Amino acid sequence: MNSAPAIAFQILQSVLVVLAAPLLMGWVNQCRAWLQNRSAPSVLLPYYTLAKLLHKDAVIARDASPLFRLTPYVLFGCMWLAAGIVPVLATGLPFAPAADIIALVGVFALARVFSALAAMDIGTSFGGLGARREMLIGFLAEPAMLMTLFTAAFISGSTQLATIVDTLAHREFAIYPSLAFAAVAFLMVLLAENARIPIDNPTTHLELTMVHEAMILEYSARHLALIEWAVAIKLFAYMTIGFAFFVPWGIAEAGNWAALPVALAALLAKLALAGAGLALLETLLAKLRLFLAPEFLSSAFLLGVLGMLIHFLVSG
Amino acid sequence: MDSAPLLGSLYVAVAWLAIALLALISPGNAFFARHLAFPLGALAGLALAAFGLQAVWSPAEQMTLPLGLPDLPFHLRADPLAGFFLMLLGSVATGISVYASGYFREETAGRLALIGLQYHVFLASMAFVILADDAYLFMVAWETMALSSYFLVTTDHRQPAIRSAGFLYLLIAHLGALAILLCFGVMHGGKGDYTFDALRAAGLTPLWSTVAFLLAFFGFGAKAGMIPLHAWLPEAHPAAPSPVSALMSGIMIKTAIYGMVRVIYDLIGGVRWEWGILVLVVGAGTTLFGVLYALMQHDLKRLLAYHSVENIGIILLGLGMSMVFIGFGHPAAGALGLIAALYHTLNHAVFKGLLFLGAGSILHSTKLRNLNDMGGLIRTMPKTAFYFLIGALAISALPPLNGFVSEWLTFQTALQAPVLQNGVVRSLLPLFAATLALAGALTAMCFVKVYGIAFLGRPRESGNAAAPAGGYGHDAGNMERFGMAWLAAGCFVLGLFPTSFLLMLNRVGVSLTGQGLSNEALESNWLWLVPTAAAQASYSPVIFLIVIIGVTLLAFLLVRHFYHGRVRFADPWDCGFPDQTSRMQDTADAFGQPIRHVFGPVFLMQRHMPAPDDRAPRFSLKIEDRHWYLLYLPVARLVGYLSSKIGLLQRGRISIYLLYSFLTLIGLLVFVR
Repeated sequence: MNSAPAIAFQILQSVLVVLAAPLLMGWVNQCRAWLQNRSAPSVLLPYYTLAKLLHKDAVIARDASPLFRLTPYVLFGCMWLAAGIVPVLATGLPFAPAADIIALVGVFALARVFSALAAMDIGTSFGGLGARREMLIGFLAEPAMLMTLFTAAFISGSTQLATIVDTLAHREFAIYPSLAFAAVAFLMVLLAENARIPIDNPTTHLELTMVHEAMILEYSARHLALIEWAVAIKLFAYMTIGFAFFVPWGIAEAGNWAALPVALAALLAKLALAGAGLALLETLLAKLRLFLAPEFLSSAFLLGVLGMLIHFLVSG
Repeated sequence: MDSAPLLGSLYVAVAWLAIALLALISPGNAFFARHLAFPLGALAGLALAAFGLQAVWSPAEQMTLPLGLPDLPFHLRADPLAGFFLMLLGSVATGISVYASGYFREETAGRLALIGLQYHVFLASMAFVILADDAYLFMVAWETMALSSYFLVTTDHRQPAIRSAGFLYLLIAHLGALAILLCFGVMHGGKGDYTFDALRAAGLTPLWSTVAFLLAFFGFGAKAGMIPLHAWLPEAHPAAPSPVSALMSGIMIKTAIYGMVRVIYDLIGGVRWEWGILVLVVGAGTTLFGVLYALMQHDLKRLLAYHSVENIGIILLGLGMSMVFIGFGHPAAGALGLIAALYHTLNHAVFKGLLFLGAGSILHSTKLRNLNDMGGLIRTMPKTAFYFLIGALAISALPPLNGFVSEWLTFQTALQAPVLQNGVVRSLLPLFAATLALAGALTAMCFVKVYGIAFLGRPRESGNAAAPAGGYGHDAGNMERFGMAWLAAGCFVLGLFPTSFLLMLNRVGVSLTGQGLSNEALESNWLWLVPTAAAQASYSPVIFLIVIIGVTLLAFLLVRHFYHGRVRFADPWDCGFPDQTSRMQDTADAFGQPIRHVFGPVFLMQRHMPAPDDRAPRFSLKIEDRHWYLLYLPVARLVGYLSSKIGLLQRGRISIYLLYSFLTLIGLLVFVR
């Protein structure tokens, strides 16, 4: 398995995800602008923004601790790691066995803890507020996420992403009722974890409503660029986790160069559809009050649990 | 060298007793206690860890001590289970003892000598609890442990609050001890032989073995701090000096887990799945209760104590799953659950010890224990802050540290659920895993709160006094730092090289349940943690760490290479409002506000909100434990009522007492002939 082509696939995928993630962000923004009857910005706008931020001088608060300056790199590293685990293009990647779905959730939790800590480092009221809200959403979303992942894990009898995808991709086309519940729950978690409407609004800077933006208020220049980039990779990773579980068709085996074009095309089509769908959702939905977020996420959790129970009912 | 581990452990325990006595000499300046006792104790701990490790890999061995009562000598035994717990005791005590030698340095001679005595008697008694091979020695050591720790808790006995905390601790400890004594009585069944060998061979009926299980679960649970017997933990841990809190929370409550495993798996045997369900339900309740109340605390040591309650719950979840699997006849999955529970036991000892030591350093250097008064400690105590961060990440179950490994193993155990035949139980197990997931995420929130409020941000003013310009306190001394570094290294070793510990625990599992992990799990090399089969699940913390450091560094180098490292320093952005003070930061109570909102019905809250036109507005919030009103106070009132009724018998006149004796005699003559 650890042959040279497999390693090449691993590197290819990791680099591709990092480079393509801002494009996905740009696509979502463009779709949203179309849907909202605004003239759309270029799909490449996130790249221009990143380049601009990277060229600027970083402004840092006087009493920032090393943790504050370290965090953007840790966030970026965590998301890059996640991009290496998820089977985006191919299954059987050499790095994939190092972490299963539980470890993947752990990586996202690690990133969340670091960003919340960095938000509290400067000692402004916004930072603490953002950190508190982010952890609120996090502790509700994490168990819901695990439950949806466990549903898939029970179906395939494994917590390895590669095994799960192999099992699900090579089955006959049958609708698992448990997976349907899990898919809805996963979608809700995806919206919450990526700071999208209806839980958070990625474009707002209004004190009363912002969550993620409140945490990164003190960051500027290259640090901000890395965080924005990490956010884009996170959205990409979450979407591809969803593809791997619910629409795994078209994915290649590591080292199988012949299947690569198909896998790439399938990925592109899925991402284009999912990005447009996300923009549609964000246009149709209104942002929830913060204290409705627990209800939203606990229904996601219950749906995940229901999916799991249904799996046991149907199979047993 | 045949009986090396057992004899060696015995020597270590005796050495601790000797150190305890030597601490009393030269009371004028307590030279020995001040400079030698704790470092020597730490060395002994290191030796004990080595012997424990040896005992895990050696066959079980027994010996009889010519001590105790006539015809009732003390029996000792070292087997893999005891060896594992001896290793836990020795290795964690090493770090704590080194820390204590720095922490207690400024104590007055009299107090220091006493602390030195009680501390080492406490350590020795824990070693004897683990080594005991008969109910008699076990109970003697168990009670010595309770008493010596009681005296340590009440070190500052001049404060009434600490005296009442100590009383509560002693009370619950003795309730538990009573249940354990009764449990041994049930198992022994009137044969007059109290060695564990005899108890193992007792062959109880299912009814009596369930009674014995319930008594053991209750008795050891009281010491471990499971609900509803947890009330002493949040009182006693803050009252004790910090190294003692670390010992109690890190090691002593683990002896209760040892007792539970020893009695239920080894002595009673024949584990039933219904017992497992009870353990699971109690464990899930304990886990959620502990973490939710921890989120409400602003006293750092109370908060850590509630987290000990939570972690005992997690251990119980692992144990309960293991009992369910064994009860249904799946010993391999049962062994995995037992291994997960024991791994978490060791992990919790290490990171909770570390966190209590960190809290002690904060208390020592700043005299603060209320989180709402702290802030910005990372600037004045950077090294303590670093070690505390490792402990906080470990307890939050974040990869690649140790807390994650044991929670991962517990999840993997829950994912074995499809092998069970009983449909209801099969779908229940994942729900307990969901509880664990929720608790893990809540723990992360709680430690973001602790770390963010205490170490990050700016120093807060306490009461009306302005915060000191340079921040609070100074960094911990060398010895304190070494103690913390030892345990922090433990977090990394346990997190990065889980396979070697898995093999060790597998031996414990084999010795107790007769079956261990699958061959594929045992043949995986040190890099890969595989609980059942590689296709099912694997995790490689070393690769994980290397990759995460690698990509983080790569990101750093790329940014630096292609762009620049220019930085300007400025004031934080003030949103156009220049008069910001450090009081505008979040407090610990504010951070818990979403939890109060979401989980409101769990808490017993008294909140006073000021009216809008109040001239001197004050906000107050008091959160109490419902168990006090539902359980403890009614029981206390009942006991008071009963004793007042029994008190009626005491008239204080000799003739009446003689009448009692006479009536008793008549009664006995009627029944016993």
